[in-house]
Amino acid sequence: MQNAPLIAFAHVGKSFDGGRVRAVDDVSLEVAEGEFLAIVGGSGSGKTTLLRLANRLIDADEGHITVEGEDVHAVDPVQLRRRIGYVFQSGGLFPHISVAGNIGVTPKLQGTPGAEIASRVDELLDLVRLDRTLYRDRFPHELSGGQRQRVGVARALAARPRIVLMDEPFGALDPLTRDALGDDYRALHGKLGLTTVMITHDMTEAILLADRIAVMRAGRLLAQGTPTELSDSGDAYVGELLRTPRRQAERLNVLLPRDGAA
Amino acid sequence: MSFFSDPRWSEALAHLPDYLGNHVRVSVTALALGLAVSLPLAVAARNQPVMRGALLGLASIVQTVPGLALLALFYPLLLALAALSLAWFGFGFSAFGFLPAALYSMLPVLRNTITGLQAVDPAILEAAQGVGMTPRQSLFMVELPLALPVMMAGIRTAAVWVIGTATLSTPIGQTSLGNYIFAGLQTQNWVFVLFGCLAAAVLALAVDQLLALIETGIRSRRLLRAALGGIGIAALVAATLVPTMARSPSSYIVGAKTFAEQYVLSALIAQRLRAAGLSATSREGLGSNVIFEALVSNDIDVYVDYSGTLWANQFHRSEIKPREELLGELKATLAQQNVTLLGELGFENAYALVMPRKRADALGIHSIADLAPHARTMSMAADYEFFSRPEWASLQKAYGLSFRAQRQMQPDFMYAAVASGEVDVIAGYTSDGLIAKYDLVVLDDSKHAIPPYDAIVLLAPKRAGDQALRDALQPLLGKIDIATMREANLRAAGGDGASSPDAVARWLWEKIGKR
Repeated sequence: MQNAPLIAFAHVGKSFDGGRVRAVDDVSLEVAEGEFLAIVGGSGSGKTTLLRLANRLIDADEGHITVEGEDVHAVDPVQLRRRIGYVFQSGGLFPHISVAGNIGVTPKLQGTPGAEIASRVDELLDLVRLDRTLYRDRFPHELSGGQRQRVGVARALAARPRIVLMDEPFGALDPLTRDALGDDYRALHGKLGLTTVMITHDMTEAILLADRIAVMRAGRLLAQGTPTELSDSGDAYVGELLRTPRRQAERLNVLLPRDGAA
Repeated sequence: MSFFSDPRWSEALAHLPDYLGNHVRVSVTALALGLAVSLPLAVAARNQPVMRGALLGLASIVQTVPGLALLALFYPLLLALAALSLAWFGFGFSAFGFLPAALYSMLPVLRNTITGLQAVDPAILEAAQGVGMTPRQSLFMVELPLALPVMMAGIRTAAVWVIGTATLSTPIGQTSLGNYIFAGLQTQNWVFVLFGCLAAAVLALAVDQLLALIETGIRSRRLLRAALGGIGIAALVAATLVPTMARSPSSYIVGAKTFAEQYVLSALIAQRLRAAGLSATSREGLGSNVIFEALVSNDIDVYVDYSGTLWANQFHRSEIKPREELLGELKATLAQQNVTLLGELGFENAYALVMPRKRADALGIHSIADLAPHARTMSMAADYEFFSRPEWASLQKAYGLSFRAQRQMQPDFMYAAVASGEVDVIAGYTSDGLIAKYDLVVLDDSKHAIPPYDAIVLLAPKRAGDQALRDALQPLLGKIDIATMREANLRAAGGDGASSPDAVARWLWEKIGKR
């Protein structure tokens, strides 16, 4: 199965403000089917722009992007977006639509019959571990941040996409919720055979969830690989990013002795 | 007799189904047109900063223009539109009575729709795009629903404005609750003025509260509440429109301009038609230019105009001819437009120079020629338009008049001012009852500098061959002399139960019917 990559960026560039801001600069990156890739970088590194290029929320200036083997510029962007799941920062739920309506929105756009959408919604609520009878008819403002993000994930999965793009999905959550949600998603990724690209500024989260990590800075791709491969990277910035989780792990080991092993 | 047992209340109430029905119809039409124009405009402008800025700027400018001024600005446009539609579709002026109100309704809707759409969180817009919505789907499924509460608030404002502004459509030929107000102001019938204001205010409040129900229903997603508001609005519209629709379409419509004499004469004509077994309704408070257009386009069937007014204002003739010659020529000109000049009522309502009888006698002034040598030491007052009218130019030329001071005044106050000596001479109206009341004298215009203003009865083109109508009106022709009309006008200005146009018209018929 490890043949052509499911998503491929080849020498992709994107500028804003008439060329003054070079958001993405000659990036080449491939995501294999079934892979969980995390893109890590600070604000202004171009990681979110790169993600949006993949489902054409933004169009690239240079280079080629292929999704499922097709050049994204050769396909209708609306159809492209409907077959790629997208999880927005802090949910991006429609405030005037119920939980069920939010989850079922993409199937509805595709013309799926109402009854089929309803059963799909219940199935997805089970999948993201929200009580179907309790949450189906609620509105987004009646949910906690974690519940909103679970609905956001369910919405992204509704049209049975092969690919899910996630833009800092867990960034705004408290640590416990964030951990639980991360684990739950990772399990779904495996269970449904998804290919996931997740943006994060948190290297610890990337290491814990992703198979592979791509590091971006100032629009350029600095390094990519498994956590092990990254630690061998000679790049100073990558080393700096990895130092934080390492130091945290060491200090936590000291401060939180397990079973009196200290 | 208490305030509320005044018979004018029941008279006002009798007009309510007609006036209210028309008012609601104008308001609904105006609001619908306003929405139909401003909603697509606002949607089109939402992503175009330049167009958005221009629209909002224009909106705020028009909002600062007072309603009456807007109406005045609109007037030439309305006249042109009426002429066009008469030529193309065969119906005229009153079809456009709702336009100024529609313009007013556009502004809050435009502003609130643009504001509401702009206030939608960009993250939500991106999410709409991200889940695979087309721009159109994003607009209808996300942007408009989210902007709806703000838009509804705009529609509420618009509805209240329209109901208020619709009272101003009376002078351009559209019956509305404004008929009470304009008629009341002209005949000093304060019961009517109060009734009209109250009715418009109650209607505005009711509509506002029902729309508020819809707005809060939408905002809090309580659909029952919103539906209740919607049903209320529909019921209100239906209840006010049914009596208007049910009215017999075959009745004669008698027009009247915006002053007391006209109200009395139109009431008189309507009474005569009813006495002859014909059904008749009045359409009152029509502007001087509008009323003739309305007659030509068969919107009204009959009204009383003045020969000099038509001569100068309608046909733009500046030369001043002797009475018979002018009438003959006018009759021929009117016939070209298929309008019938049925005949003269017998009195003139012309401009005339007027001063207190005692003072005139003391100075030996009987005519304008006698006045001329004294003028340099005297002050003169007239209504707002007199000094810019051809009559004044003609007077100055004929008699070499030049006063020490010229003042403009509300016509109602002029007579008292000249009677009290505050001014020496006024340009009054020959048929005004106050001339008798204040013992004033009309100065003789021996050089015929002021054109004749005979009161004449005009019939609409479609009534040209209507013998029943002619027979019903024949007894009025030549019967109303100037003294009788002055007394009738004085009665109409009485400000009590016996001063309503209907009551004065009955008195007038008593007086002239046996002649």
